[in-house]
Amino acid sequence: MESKSAVTNHVRMEFPSLAENVAFARTAVAVFAAQLDFTLEELDEVKVAVSEAVSNCVIHAYAETVGTVVIEMAILNADTLQITVRDQGRGIKNVDQALEPTYTTLPEERMGLGLAFINMYMDEVVLDSTVGVGTTVHMKKQKAGEKD
Amino acid sequence: MRKAVWRQRSVVLSPGYMNTQKRGNALLVRLSGELDLVTAPQFRSQVDGELANHDYLRHIILNLTQVKFIDSSGLGAILGRYKEVQGRGGKLVIVGAVPQVQQIFAVSGVLKLVEMCQSEKQAFEIIR
Repeated sequence: MESKSAVTNHVRMEFPSLAENVAFARTAVAVFAAQLDFTLEELDEVKVAVSEAVSNCVIHAYAETVGTVVIEMAILNADTLQITVRDQGRGIKNVDQALEPTYTTLPEERMGLGLAFINMYMDEVVLDSTVGVGTTVHMKKQKAGEKD
Repeated sequence: MRKAVWRQRSVVLSPGYMNTQKRGNALLVRLSGELDLVTAPQFRSQVDGELANHDYLRHIILNLTQVKFIDSSGLGAILGRYKEVQGRGGKLVIVGAVPQVQQIFAVSGVLKLVEMCQSEKQAFEIIR
């Protein structure tokens, strides 16, 4: 066993890529993030980022199928929230293109703003994707008062 | 009873929490809850149904006072309805957006397309 001071708080959860779980995911992450005393505005930004990442798993990664979405979240250095959203879906052919605002592979109405919102609202975003293997979105957000 | 109230305030925007009314040539839509991947299609379907069945409707007044969260799925659904009324020579006016919703509109550039106000009365004056 470790002492409490040595433990980095973290949570891992997984669920099927059903649209109904998007709201659950963003709410669960926001509840976890609240222990960092983020402002309500910052928590809303975290919720948007998670909502977009999980929506992408539902719509793009698994599309007409249902797969597993894994979210890992952790508190780093007592001031930073780290979130990883992972799927084992079809992957992204061109990550740079996917990161362009308004780029979308679907003719419907999400406007291609999902990844743009993630970039806008989180301090660090890394997108790892391999076609046929899956996609992982790594995100970090630091409390506003702690930023340099 | 208390449990029912909690459910009403929960994350789900079921069709029961969307209300539409026809006022003159405007469709007044009142939403509550969260507008996302689940609820945006419900909103889209109901509004498109009203527009398809009533050719005289030119404007949409969208009361978001009770909407506490929106993401790109919700934003896209609203933009889609904006295009619909624009094609009819009308306007889409947003009433009472909370700060989170306002910020999403602002950063996405949607504020250049739709008008926003604080009351339904003001919205009807805008489309008059």
